Amino acid sequence: MTTVARPPRSKPATKPATMAQALGRALRDSMAADPSVHVMGEDVGTLGGVFRITDGLAKEFGEDRCTDTPLAEAGILGAAVGMAMYGLRPVVEMQFDAFAYPAFEQLISHVARMRNRTRGAMPLPITVRVPYGGGIGGVEHHSDSSEAYYMATPGLTVVTPATVADAYGLLRQSIASDDPVVFLEPKRLYWTRDSWNPEAPEDVLPIGTAVVRRPGTSATLLTYGPSVPVCLEAAEAARGEGWDLEVVDLRSLVPFDDATVTESVRRTGRAVVVHESGGFGGPGGEIAARVTERCFHHLEAPVLRVAGFDIPYPPPMLERHHLPGVDRVLDAVARLQWDQ
Amino acid sequence: MTVMDQRATREGRPVPPPAWQPRTDPAPLLPDAEPHRVLGTDAAARVDPELLRRLYTEVVRGRRYNAQATALTKQGRLAVYPSTTGQEAAEVAAALVLEERDWLFPSYRDTLAAVARGLDPVQALTLLRGDWHTGYDPREHRIAPLCTPLATQLPHAVGLAHAAQLKGDDVVALAMVGDGGTSEGDFHEALNFAAVWQAPVVFLVQNNGFAISVPLAKQTAAPSLAHKAVGYGMPGRLVDGNDAAALHEVLSDAVSRAREGGGPTLIEAVTYRMDAHTNADDATRYRTEAEVEMWRAHDPVLLLERELTGRGLIDEDGIRAVRDGAEEQAAELRARMNQDPALDPMDLFGDVYAEQTPQLREQAALLRAELDAEAEGEQA
Ligand SMILES: Cc1ncc(C[n+]2csc(CCOP(=O)(O)OP(=O)(O)O)c2C)c(N)n1
Repeated sequence: MTTVARPPRSKPATKPATMAQALGRALRDSMAADPSVHVMGEDVGTLGGVFRITDGLAKEFGEDRCTDTPLAEAGILGAAVGMAMYGLRPVVEMQFDAFAYPAFEQLISHVARMRNRTRGAMPLPITVRVPYGGGIGGVEHHSDSSEAYYMATPGLTVVTPATVADAYGLLRQSIASDDPVVFLEPKRLYWTRDSWNPEAPEDVLPIGTAVVRRPGTSATLLTYGPSVPVCLEAAEAARGEGWDLEVVDLRSLVPFDDATVTESVRRTGRAVVVHESGGFGGPGGEIAARVTERCFHHLEAPVLRVAGFDIPYPPPMLERHHLPGVDRVLDAVARLQWDQ
Repeated sequence: MTVMDQRATREGRPVPPPAWQPRTDPAPLLPDAEPHRVLGTDAAARVDPELLRRLYTEVVRGRRYNAQATALTKQGRLAVYPSTTGQEAAEVAAALVLEERDWLFPSYRDTLAAVARGLDPVQALTLLRGDWHTGYDPREHRIAPLCTPLATQLPHAVGLAHAAQLKGDDVVALAMVGDGGTSEGDFHEALNFAAVWQAPVVFLVQNNGFAISVPLAKQTAAPSLAHKAVGYGMPGRLVDGNDAAALHEVLSDAVSRAREGGGPTLIEAVTYRMDAHTNADDATRYRTEAEVEMWRAHDPVLLLERELTGRGLIDEDGIRAVRDGAEEQAAELRARMNQDPALDPMDLFGDVYAEQTPQLREQAALLRAELDAEAEGEQA
């Protein structure tokens, strides 16, 4: 069955908000609902975070529950492990994608495998929020897409919203999850506005499900996070060429929704995976392989990938050449007609 | 008799086994309670007037440079600029105490130190303008790339100093870091390695009060950041970070000690960040104007100017000449930064590997085709 985003139920309650606001609201509501939820990180208190996602939380819940930590990512995540061991639900903010790397030891050696090594005795309900990706003109070390590292680490749930409603819903689900979640926030979309009904979070599908953002028949674009709007735009542009593209927003990279993806590709017979991070050894390779394994007899063309180049993230003045845009997606769609 | 021996006998307990004894008497490693100061004290009379004038000139130029770079962010010529207004004394002194063969390891905030060391200001600003990550050859200038991840340059400085020592070169590495950066694991590892290896490194912490919005009190519970040195077995020095003469003295001592095989030193310069963290930050959220005002009275430019005029080492004309020189430099920087940088997108594939991989060659061909199509589109 195809999962299509349900329209919001009651129109009047729907109001426009930015993704940043929805994320902040999700943190606030989670903290209000569960006293064990603690937000911590660099500048999250007084300043409200450099992206202002945590604005007002310290004031409302006190500095013990929204804490400006010393500047030490390994320390922050390591301390979160201990806090979770003692029954709290830490929500950790990594200031930028590339500044999460000092915490990798904790993430890979402890956070990801604590449940497994204790045979389920000690799950770690930690949410690690990581603003990721480029397109905002950030200087070096402010635009990495590190999802492949996280995806390659068993034990981590990896999700990334592309809409305002998903930002709220997925973050609430992540915080409520008893497993550690790497919550990737597409910082390029922080300020995009969208209609959203905060009173109906049940409209948001659970972690582990992909959603068809735009139904179509001639090919499927498989994408997530910052590339979702790019694919939707490409789908609109392709209409003129007689292509009716389906756009699937993966939402959750781990667990991966094989069912929705397989169903879509079997129906359209063609697929392109689109993401910002490098293609070689990137998420697209895994996704293309899964699609091929499940849809081989239905495929009319090889599964293609449109990704960032395999280079260190470039300086801002050159990033537009690196980031996959509508044209590269359309070129790939054209290449899907290889047999014609 | 060690401190522990004394304590043990006094309290009538047996003398502890040798392994329990402190290996070095920590007392000489401890920083003074008060930051070292020179300007406005009797000690200032000992400072070479030429050095004072040089420091003054560089600090005034630095102030103007900071103002110019900040203005360039407003014109969209720089993506971002972390200003060192208020911290010029430390930036300048760090650059001036080094010999040409020495190395500087700056953090992302220390553009000014690199410029004061002689780096072309436009090259120093490429990272922040956004045309490339490092706009200069680190080997040529012996300035490591401006480092954005916090404290990660410190182990590099230790390694370089160690390598120089192994080769028998009397090269010193000076590494700069902020107060917030001292909380990172890399800070600890770097100091520990440096002390164990007795590497010729000087660690300069600019304690400017805040790590973005987080004040020092939330960063550390140590009596001072300089105190951290003792635990590693190196001396810690506390210095007034707005007093260029005091900084020059303390840094020179540490550099000489390192050069002569005396090992590393940790220096904490107590200063204040007068501007916001960067042009993108809103400092009113975490500090008061009254606090900033207090520090204005302790401005590094003011301290030097007072010393020089008080001792008759500079007059009105002299001051004007220095300011005019700084203005000229700023005008030149402005003019050069107002030219669009010549960028070749094909450079993206240039130096990823010594030899391009087949995959990168393919991707380069794709971009080439896109650029050609774009150019054709523009002509049509
Ligand atoms: C590893 C890492 N984490 C987080 C950041 C984001 N960040 C950039 S500057 C800064 C504050 C640094 O404060 P401090 O070390 O005191 O230096 P200052 O900016 O005051 O010179 C932070 C948190 C970073 N650059 N690197």
